[in-house]
Amino acid sequence: MTARPSPATAGGDGPSGRGNTRVGVITFPGTLDDRDTQRAVRLAGAEAVPLWHRDKDLKQVDAVVLPGGFSYGDYLRAGAISRFSPVMETVIEQARAGMPVLGICNGFQVLTETHLLPGAMLRNNHLHFICRDQKLRVENANTSWTAEYEAGQEISIPLKNIDGRYVADERTLDMLEAEGRVAFRYLDTNPNGSLRDIAGITNEAGNVVGLMPHPEHAVEPLIGSGRTDGLGFFTSILKKLVNA
Amino acid sequence: MTLDTVKHATETPDIDQPWAELGLKQDEYERVREILGRRPTGAELAMYSVMWSEHCSYKSSKVHLKQFGEKAPQSDALLVGIGENAGVVDVGQGYAVTFKVESHNHPSYVEPYQGAATGVGGIVRDIIAMGARPIAVVDPLRFGAADHPDTKRVLPGVVSGIGGYGNCLGLPNIGGETVFDACYQGNPLVNAGAIGVMRHEDIHLAKASGSGNKVILYGARTGGDGIGGASILASETFDEAKPSKRPAVQVGDPFQEKLLIECTLEAFAEKLVVGIQDLGAAGLSCATSELASNGSGGMRVELDDVPLRDSTLSPEEILMSESQERMCAVVEPSKVERFLAICEKWDVTATVIGEVTDGDRLEIFWHGEMIVDVDPRTVAHDGPVYERPYARPAWQDALQADDANKLARPADADELRAQVLRLVSSPNQASKSWITGQYDHFVQGNTVLAQPEDSGMIRIDEDTNLGVAIATDGNGRFTKLDPYTGAQLALAEAYRNVAATGAKPLAVSDCLNFGSPEDPAVMWQFAEAIRGLADGCLEMGTPVTGGNVSLYNQTGEAAIHPTPVVAVLGVIDDISRRTPIAFADEGHLIYLLGDTKEELGGSAWSQVVHDHLGGLPPAVDLGREKLLAEILISASRDGMVDAAHDLSDGGLIQALVESCLRGGKGARIVVPDGVDPFVLLFSESAGRAIVAVPRSEELRFNDMCGARGLPTTRIGVIDGTEIDIQGQFSIPLSELKVAHEETIPAILA
Repeated sequence: MTARPSPATAGGDGPSGRGNTRVGVITFPGTLDDRDTQRAVRLAGAEAVPLWHRDKDLKQVDAVVLPGGFSYGDYLRAGAISRFSPVMETVIEQARAGMPVLGICNGFQVLTETHLLPGAMLRNNHLHFICRDQKLRVENANTSWTAEYEAGQEISIPLKNIDGRYVADERTLDMLEAEGRVAFRYLDTNPNGSLRDIAGITNEAGNVVGLMPHPEHAVEPLIGSGRTDGLGFFTSILKKLVNA
Repeated sequence: MTLDTVKHATETPDIDQPWAELGLKQDEYERVREILGRRPTGAELAMYSVMWSEHCSYKSSKVHLKQFGEKAPQSDALLVGIGENAGVVDVGQGYAVTFKVESHNHPSYVEPYQGAATGVGGIVRDIIAMGARPIAVVDPLRFGAADHPDTKRVLPGVVSGIGGYGNCLGLPNIGGETVFDACYQGNPLVNAGAIGVMRHEDIHLAKASGSGNKVILYGARTGGDGIGGASILASETFDEAKPSKRPAVQVGDPFQEKLLIECTLEAFAEKLVVGIQDLGAAGLSCATSELASNGSGGMRVELDDVPLRDSTLSPEEILMSESQERMCAVVEPSKVERFLAICEKWDVTATVIGEVTDGDRLEIFWHGEMIVDVDPRTVAHDGPVYERPYARPAWQDALQADDANKLARPADADELRAQVLRLVSSPNQASKSWITGQYDHFVQGNTVLAQPEDSGMIRIDEDTNLGVAIATDGNGRFTKLDPYTGAQLALAEAYRNVAATGAKPLAVSDCLNFGSPEDPAVMWQFAEAIRGLADGCLEMGTPVTGGNVSLYNQTGEAAIHPTPVVAVLGVIDDISRRTPIAFADEGHLIYLLGDTKEELGGSAWSQVVHDHLGGLPPAVDLGREKLLAEILISASRDGMVDAAHDLSDGGLIQALVESCLRGGKGARIVVPDGVDPFVLLFSESAGRAIVAVPRSEELRFNDMCGARGLPTTRIGVIDGTEIDIQGQFSIPLSELKVAHEETIPAILA
């Protein structure tokens, strides 16, 4: 796995030209993993910028993460309400213009609701919330968020959700496969009945990535799963932006 | 109909009032009249009835609970003790930790999902009300027999409720227990614990001070749910045309509670709050009377200003409603605007409903007329106190005489092996990962250890690696055999579990689950258990910071086993020194610490193999427990052990199986000369643990134990892919894994 880069050198000048690379982390009402994601961003050597759902202003960040949780209580449908929040108007616009956007768990659900990513998430096939360390294969190492991994690399990061079953119609699934847009696949066991074992996908341009497992919970050796397999998501974005 | 104002009450002294339907006894009602010098208004009667209930007033338990104060050990760690929403403990570096365990037993039987969910919600609000950010929850649970049909109704609902609520709040669930026993059939125990952390200067208390300060009710709107007893609705005094008999179990909204947490913490951070109280049992009646009675002045409340979900609620119902996700804050007038702005930011409804006054009365108005005029202390603190009769039950001697040490034992090694497999696959000893896997234990990114580790551990400072640990334990079987010893065994086990992970035990919270206090036998169990726990805490130096009593856990004449659940909180200076249970490194030596005696009374073996409960529980030696804990903590700090696991129910073999499966490595065990392998494997003598010692540390470890007088036995080595009890039997890990992990899903999934 990627070693933790020293913050002194890793950040470098972001493309915004204002010193450190700035990664925005959105808080919706009911978001839970925003502080964890900010910590992961900092550990990777970037600057974490809190973004508020009511605020359209992205504060000149270079990339955005939509963290996990139960935004608006997941009432109606996971991600269905957040998708209409003011901040998402700007995120959708910027994502289409190429800004790297990562949706984790509830963030992935929001991204599918906005149609930045295809498909939808249904309740797990066993109908229970599940929390476990999950093995994944990185299928696409060319996205903005996976550049630090090798294609085919196996990683373990925590999974925790109740609405995690990825579904899409056959044509969409075939398209995702053909275009190499399945970014992560569940290994060993499919924990929720996701079609074709899909754990995460990317858009065509590779700047928008969504996945159900939580890389921000696998960034420190003593905490959580005790692995650091998730840190690569956040160092990937630094590498991508600094080299851009 | 006429509004029952204070004036009206004075003018109509002889009206019949529904005190009995509200649960008051005749003498209690007379006492209220005596306090007020007139009959109470309907609203006052509502307040006194809920606040003087067993649940709120501790009227049967008070006389015993005071021992926790009288016998409290000297402790520099205690910042806030019994009586507040939760106790607060100093953990160093300027941090304070608050923690508490509460019961939500009865509602969880009636409606498992909501009962358990709102149990989590309530304990978390107690933590916020102290000024702390909640950082973790734990859930000690007890159900009827695993294969009883009703357990399949209650358990999945309870687990989903805890997960559905706690997961949505973003609190890692790091510990607890699940126990099955037929005695809990119809009376499941759903206890919920929470921990919070704050800086010393941020401690907040439930008191209303400063004349002119505003009382703000914020959070969910008040509805007709959870109205105590609901009997007031049926009484003729009130309008019969409107909806009545609403559910007595509250309905939770974790999303609302998450917003409540965030906006409360933001208000604390800006120092906007003078006093704060959550609304739990007895709702506004409790919050207003407690805030007022703990403060320096009185309070005036305009009940018309309370935001309602149901506009037809009567003032009595508003005062008694237990709608969830509500809090009450006292704020200086100049800060009200900012407080309301923060609530608006988080989409939380907030309303000024009153103010602190110069006087010493709690005055509540409805449509401009006074409907409550009381001394709040008489409502909140001067409830009845009962010295209930108690007596050692006649059957206690026979129970203790029915010695488990005399039960038939395995005849040969094959039978011993078969009994090991039966034990580790029995519902109580089997892996609970089907349950705990439904709880988020990663959220917040600070979880160092979570179940099935000996204690849950959370980092509280990223720079210094300071952490806290918590373990909850309780053994109703031991406590039934001997309540005094059983309570001390619960304390000893939780203390040992915290120490086994490397943390230093600091303080205790408890949840005391018993049958009916009106039964002298139950009352004796209760009195003995408290005496045992209070004596134990004094000897261990761990003060009881608060807790909860749940009585009436019984159906007809059959009470549950007396079940004091003890939570021990500990601190660890550097979480990188934490000790897990996993045997992960081949070649490391396995040591058994402590003495193993022939102690099978109340043991898991006697239950699984013989369905037997009798004899005496294992003896307690609290001095030994302290020594063992010191050794475990030192060994962890100095890197002398890299795994440790306490020995409790199921004895040595259970601990070995758990440590081996967790680490994915086997163990070769040599039964020491002259030791009966059966006793070695199954006895549940207290004060013991197993540790894995790297060979390079063996000498140093032995020197330390020898110098401090702790008996140790080298019993084997981590090796291979099976547990091999040499000269007896061996079982492959793959077989143990199936036995241990498939039981619970097979019953419940």
